[in-house]
Amino acid sequence: MLALAFFACVTALVPLGVGSDLKLLARIAGGVLWVAAVLATLLSLDRLFQSDFEDGALDLIALAPQSLESVAVAKIAAHWLTTGLPLTVISPLFGILFGLPLPVCGALFLSLLIGTPAISAIGAVGASLTLSIRRGGLILPLIVLPLLAPAVIFGAGVVLAALDGMPNGALGLLAAFSLLAVCLAPFAAAAGVRLNLAG
Amino acid sequence: MVTALAKLEAKNLACVRGVRALFRDLNFSIEAGRALVVEGANGAGKTSLLRILGGFLAPAAGEIVLSTASGPISEAEERGQHVGWFGHQDGLKPQLTAKENLQFAARLYGSTQDVTALLDWAGISRAADFPTQYLSAGQKKRLSLARLKASGRSLWLLDEPFAALDVAGKKLVEHMLADHCAAGGIAIVATHEHMTLDAAHLTLAGHP
Repeated sequence: MLALAFFACVTALVPLGVGSDLKLLARIAGGVLWVAAVLATLLSLDRLFQSDFEDGALDLIALAPQSLESVAVAKIAAHWLTTGLPLTVISPLFGILFGLPLPVCGALFLSLLIGTPAISAIGAVGASLTLSIRRGGLILPLIVLPLLAPAVIFGAGVVLAALDGMPNGALGLLAAFSLLAVCLAPFAAAAGVRLNLAG
Repeated sequence: MVTALAKLEAKNLACVRGVRALFRDLNFSIEAGRALVVEGANGAGKTSLLRILGGFLAPAAGEIVLSTASGPISEAEERGQHVGWFGHQDGLKPQLTAKENLQFAARLYGSTQDVTALLDWAGISRAADFPTQYLSAGQKKRLSLARLKASGRSLWLLDEPFAALDVAGKKLVEHMLADHCAAGGIAIVATHEHMTLDAAHLTLAGHP
């Protein structure tokens, strides 16, 4: 919920900053909305493992019959369902506010639908590495944001391709990136959790 | 209980935290049905020893061998499947009720025990539907005890189980440990309290 409000505030600020030139706004809409979505998703990431670590629940979870990898999958899925998915659902509305034609709003929706799982997955790796740092919320974006650059590039690329009517292959690359991230991140996140439990 | 443990052996265990050696050349072995009380001054390494036994922490040297009737298991990951953990921190979610917390743990550990009966046993059935953030420290300890009982694991590692408990609560812990050992389990308890339980004692002297 908070992530949604943050997303709305950031995107509402952009036209105030760059002016009301609808043509310009439409061109930058993809990039702005993607960056806003990444930042909004990062907001809630630092507590993904940290709260369980602080109250000792992570010890109990680590001893459970389920592997830490499957726990990481569950955490990533839960995080995406509560942040990435709502952002994706509401994004066409913001696309319209930026003067995007309806089909382009559809492309924006599709790019976020495919790309936001990667944000939760890569974010979970960062969260697992910083779970024992008290002010981990500050260092987490520094770790995660560079890794998410491809998602932003390809995601915004999908929107631009739809706007210009020129297919550029960004959708395929975004899907590949997201698939790779979702498949590999649970292993990395579980390793990060193990590392910190031994600390 | 998956497969009952027959024996736990610690061979030449050593633990180093930071630059400080907490203990070294620690040897002990416990048979099924026995309890071990770990004593020692604050900072002597009681919690670290439990975390090593639980497989969270790798020992600086030495090894831990857990044996079932069919043979030894030394893999830390597999060892974790026998461990019931009762740590300093309760691991309870403050927003969930006592009952929900216990239900979650029971499901996580694949336990078939009746949650309501466990709450009754722990003496907190009246608080079952309160969010745990409103429970007292002692009630949370009792809830954690119920969770340990629900885990169905055979090697219990308890870190200061008596803290914050009233007289009846302390009796509950002793009875629980006695029952667990009588059923063929192993219990390792780090505590400063005197226990009536028949148990072996291990004193961590702190390293010279």
